[in-house]
Amino acid sequence: MKPAPFRIVRPHDIASAVAQLRQLGDGAKVMAGGQSLGPMLNLRLATPDVVVDISGIAALKSVREEPGHVVYGALVTHADVEDGRVPDVGEHVLRRVAAGIAYRAVRNRGTMGGSLSHADPAADWVNALSALDAAVEIEGPAGRRTLALSAFLTGALSTALGEGEFVVAVRVPKLPASARFGYAKHCRKVGEFAHAVGALVVDPTAGTARALMGAIDAPPLVLADARILFGGAIDGDFAARFDAEAAGAALAAAGLADAVDRHIHVEVLRRAVRQAAGLFSPETRSAA
Amino acid sequence: MSGVETGAIGIQGEGVGARLPRKEDDRLMRGRGQYIADIRLPGMLDVAFVRSPLAHARIRGIHVPADIRDKVFLAADLDGVSPIRAVSGLPGFKVSEQPVLAFEKVRQVGELIAMCVAPTRAEAEDIAARVELDLEELPALYDMLEARKPGAALVHEHWGDNIYLESQVNVGIEAAFDAPVKISRTISTARQCMAPIEGRGTVVHLDHRMEQLVVYTASQMPHIVRSGLSECLGLEEGQIRIISPDVGGGFGYKAILLAEEVCLGWLARKLRQPVRWLEDRREHLTANANCREHHYEITLYADRDGTLRGVDCEATVDSGAYSAYPFSACLEAAQVASILPGPYDFPAYRCRTWSVATNKCPILPYRGVARTGVCFALEVALDCLAAELNLPPEVVRLKNLVRPEQMPFDNITKKHFDGGDYPEALKRALEAIEPEKVRARKAAGPPDGRRLGFGLSIYCEQGAHGTSVYSGWGIPMVPGHEQAGARLTPDGGLELRVGVHSHGQSLETTLAQVAYEVLGIPVARTRLVYGDTAMTPYSTGSWGSRVMVMAGGAVATACTELSERIRRIGAHMLQADPGDVRFEHGRVVGPSGDIGIDEIARTWYRRPQDLPANVDGGGLEVTAGYKPVRDTGTFSYAAHAVVVAVDPEVGDVELLDYVIVEDGGVLVNPMVVDGQIIGGLAQGIGTALYEEMPFDRSGQPLASTLADYLLPGAPEVPAPFIGHMETPSPYTRFGVKGIGEGGAIAPPAAIANAVNDALRPLGVEMLRSPITPRRIVEKVLDARATRRVA
Repeated sequence: MKPAPFRIVRPHDIASAVAQLRQLGDGAKVMAGGQSLGPMLNLRLATPDVVVDISGIAALKSVREEPGHVVYGALVTHADVEDGRVPDVGEHVLRRVAAGIAYRAVRNRGTMGGSLSHADPAADWVNALSALDAAVEIEGPAGRRTLALSAFLTGALSTALGEGEFVVAVRVPKLPASARFGYAKHCRKVGEFAHAVGALVVDPTAGTARALMGAIDAPPLVLADARILFGGAIDGDFAARFDAEAAGAALAAAGLADAVDRHIHVEVLRRAVRQAAGLFSPETRSAA
Repeated sequence: MSGVETGAIGIQGEGVGARLPRKEDDRLMRGRGQYIADIRLPGMLDVAFVRSPLAHARIRGIHVPADIRDKVFLAADLDGVSPIRAVSGLPGFKVSEQPVLAFEKVRQVGELIAMCVAPTRAEAEDIAARVELDLEELPALYDMLEARKPGAALVHEHWGDNIYLESQVNVGIEAAFDAPVKISRTISTARQCMAPIEGRGTVVHLDHRMEQLVVYTASQMPHIVRSGLSECLGLEEGQIRIISPDVGGGFGYKAILLAEEVCLGWLARKLRQPVRWLEDRREHLTANANCREHHYEITLYADRDGTLRGVDCEATVDSGAYSAYPFSACLEAAQVASILPGPYDFPAYRCRTWSVATNKCPILPYRGVARTGVCFALEVALDCLAAELNLPPEVVRLKNLVRPEQMPFDNITKKHFDGGDYPEALKRALEAIEPEKVRARKAAGPPDGRRLGFGLSIYCEQGAHGTSVYSGWGIPMVPGHEQAGARLTPDGGLELRVGVHSHGQSLETTLAQVAYEVLGIPVARTRLVYGDTAMTPYSTGSWGSRVMVMAGGAVATACTELSERIRRIGAHMLQADPGDVRFEHGRVVGPSGDIGIDEIARTWYRRPQDLPANVDGGGLEVTAGYKPVRDTGTFSYAAHAVVVAVDPEVGDVELLDYVIVEDGGVLVNPMVVDGQIIGGLAQGIGTALYEEMPFDRSGQPLASTLADYLLPGAPEVPAPFIGHMETPSPYTRFGVKGIGEGGAIAPPAAIANAVNDALRPLGVEMLRSPITPRRIVEKVLDARATRRVA
């Protein structure tokens, strides 16, 4: 389990990273924290000629707050979020998600931008940030562009990144004070990739809800208008009206053919719903 | 409730029974252990293997590019090397010949095809990647029940079928057929990997001065590896020295002669340069050896009060493509037939077993060997019987457990139980876990949608099997007298030499405690020499819960003999008649004075002029052999009780409470025993809930990393309550019994029983390990659909 030979380059600013990627073309692979790419290199599942290690680019570690958004540099680590070193988009919203990612050793090095670029359907940022309707800022030969995650994530382990492009920042909308966030995942053991993820952003005051079911071997299923899961309307009593059959039907329509899988996904979403409503339910493991 | 009950009360000093901290921890916990991967020899080359990507195929060709031809070795290059033959003398056993590098055919994914050598492992892997294989795929046998059927594809063509061995025990089963109650179940355990933290690894070089091939290898049984290598390489045993340094976990995985070891032995002689192979995790998971895959069709016959009338079983074990050296492909299944009755006394029994060859890697005896499987089958079936009879599971067990007044007891398969009070262990476990309170909480209904369940499991663990047990198997290894060396150093310290290995057993501490018990030499002044065939007496090594009984007995015997030598020299120095002096707490005491070991040692080694000419020339170094009074094995046992919460909607199982009441005879170091139990429990939880090596229909192993092969971590293992009973064995020195494997035997059955107790009201029984969330939800949904139809 040793990687095939590769060269490594370490650009120190975004412009030289873009230039190097353009020059290297297909044979280059961007590495941030290396928590997914590292094992793939060792297993020879990835055999790039050159690894472009962007971890030395200081600009990618900054975080800025804009009205309505927090913009996280792509190199912000899971531990930065978990430990509260960067602002959150609501009270303990991202912090709680970050604390449940893999193991602390992975959280110390793994980055938000790297996780989204790897696009593992079971990854926490892929799911939590999709539920929150985040977007990525992408730098490339043609300059900077911004893509909603729903457009960025094109499949399991696949994104809309073009040749020479890489994620430089993640734009996450701040939650209004009246909104609530529920996030549950199902793992067989602490630190394992999720087998099912459910998330709900709900605002009973505004009467809106956005729901997500993830870890389905494809980008997460997002119901931008999730009122259909609650009898058509959102109010303070939304959790009691959660419609498991509607959620299951949405999964089936999205191609999840296996009934057992659907059942577990729907139950995990139910837990996210109850969490958003402040109700007690058994924590699926490592969802805390 | 958690924590650990103290063992024997009032133990003074450092001898048998003392809870002494481990001597080896100072080295191991500071990262100063020396494992295979820590060994660096000048000019050492690394090896990577080309392994079969297919489970079953004919080799049409192997293409090695010309520029790397001198760095790649194939079967045809290995002149003078014989295949590994792990035979059994049991009648009807079919022998598999395992070529160390495959030729003509490959029979499992991961089988070695070519050996590639380079200055680093990465470069060796680059070379391996350039070797091209031309393979003609054959139908793969991935299911042992299919492989058993006539007309199945053949792993070894000349056998005519895929059965290594078929066996049958029948003790009047017909007498049970008229029992009023009969239940039958199909129960199975998954294929697992043993997953020690340190994988296998081998470094080999030629010692020109000693004219020896020196093989550093992570092994539980260095002397057996030497015999195996000698047979395969055609060398005299004396031409080979095996050094097994610190070993990071064995569990049975390091009790096998590997084809890699044979290959590297040949390569070091060919290249006259040190060579190294370190197993990586993918090789461990997919290629080298698995364990545990059993299938049972079990029927219990009983009276309405729960009295067992008979047990009838058909057991099949997936032994994989080759018979592993030295334990062979049939140990596991044949053991099933002899130990399935467990700690129960019933009058009629039949068990038929099949050891089946498939296109998977060989099966090895993992901690607990077949006991984990038979305990799972019988204990889960017993709970199904209890449910059928509407009796609490403890009532059915108390009806059938062997009673203390029957001891010593020969059970229905002629296993000789050396003592113990099994019902008492169960009663203590029940007192600790309070099932009536669990049942009251259960009846009150789930506060959070989860269902509570209570489960029990009891086993007996035969340990330290001796000559009379193993000679019957006819495998390449039969334990005889265990030997130990004891030598006083000139300054009065003690060196002990043993051929067993310590890789978690804490022998550096516990064997020193045994020596202290006899000689009174402080544990800090005793050093254990082990893991080197050049420096230790022959031994079959560490397996089968034998080291404290066998090596402990041998150390005590050697130290007793040494104390007599010390006493006689002391008598000279005290100028007393030897008949008038005695050895006491590390001193020789005479009529008019006493003298310490230090001074006696100093005089013998450094001032021999002070001793008379007729002093015994044997000196202060002894090698002595030991066998228990009766060598049919010790029987330790335990009752495990567990409370679980099961979430039927997502299939989660949480272990809320875990109680173990264990009787390991006299405990040399109760803290070490607790450690063995807790470590075993973690592995048992892995078997119950997490660990599984799945295969697809082409025989591909599907869990090739630890992201796919799930091992329980610290959050998944609760702190158990451990209670000890200490019924001395009448046959062993100090009354000790083997306890190394027990922790891993009972948990799968106890946890399955608890899950079934929780889910039975929903019409669900889980009869297959591991009990995964998906399997639970699948059964819950099936049961709901069935009820809806009904």
